[in-house]
Amino acid sequence: MSESEDIKFLKWVVGTIVFVSLIIFIITCPLPFLFYKKLPFVAFYSRAVFIILLASSMCLYRIARGPTGADRIVAIDILGILIVGFCAVLTICTSRSWYLDIGIAWALQSFISTLALSKYLEGKGFDE
Amino acid sequence: MSNFLGLILIGVGLAFDVFGCLGLVRLPDVYNRLQAATKCVTLGTCSILLGTFLIVGFSAQGMKALLCIVFLILTAPVAAHAIARGAHRAGIKLCDESCVDRYKEDKEGEA
Repeated sequence: MSESEDIKFLKWVVGTIVFVSLIIFIITCPLPFLFYKKLPFVAFYSRAVFIILLASSMCLYRIARGPTGADRIVAIDILGILIVGFCAVLTICTSRSWYLDIGIAWALQSFISTLALSKYLEGKGFDE
Repeated sequence: MSNFLGLILIGVGLAFDVFGCLGLVRLPDVYNRLQAATKCVTLGTCSILLGTFLIVGFSAQGMKALLCIVFLILTAPVAAHAIARGAHRAGIKLCDESCVDRYKEDKEGEA
C-alpha cells in the first residue's frame, strides 16, 4: 500500500516539474524570430503559438496512453478544435487569409470524423 | 482600443485551452474528461477567433473568423453528445467515485 502511494507521489512530482519547466520556458524564451519583426506584439503571438503547442502535446499524451478507445476519440476531437485556434493565431501573424480557410475545413472534417468514430464505438458494443 | 481588447480575448482563450487540456490529462474517467475538455476548449477557441476578428477588423479574414465561430458552436456539442452516447452504449464503466447514472435508469425504465 505504501509502495503504490510512493509511486503515485513520485509521478506527481515528476509531472509537476515537467509542467512548470515548460511554462517557465514559454514565459522566458519567446523565440520571436519565427515571424517578421515589424509586427506589433510579436512576442505575445509567438508565446501564444507555443502555449497552443503545449496544450496539443497534452492531447497527444492522452491519445498515446488512453485506457479505452473513447479516450482516444475525445482527444482527437479536442485536438481538431485546438488546431482551428492555431490557424487563427497564424492568420494574425502572417496576415494571409487562407489559414482560416484551413480552419473552417478542419472544423467540418473533424466533426464528421468524430461522428463516424462514435458510431463505430456504439456498433462495437452491439456486436459483443 | 479594439486591438488591446482582441489581445485580452486571445489571452483568456489560451488560458481556457491550457486548463481544459490539463483536465483531459488529470481526470479519472471518460465522461469527466469529455465534460472538462469539450466545454473549456470550445469556449477558448471561440474566444481566440473573436479576438482575431477584433484585431483584423471587417475584412475577409474577420468574416471567416465569425463563420468559424458559428461552425464550432454548432458542431462541438453534437460531437460531444455522440461520443458520450457511444461510450455509454459500448459498456465503458463510470469511475468508482461517481454516484448516479441517469441514462442507465432511463433505459431500465423504458424496457
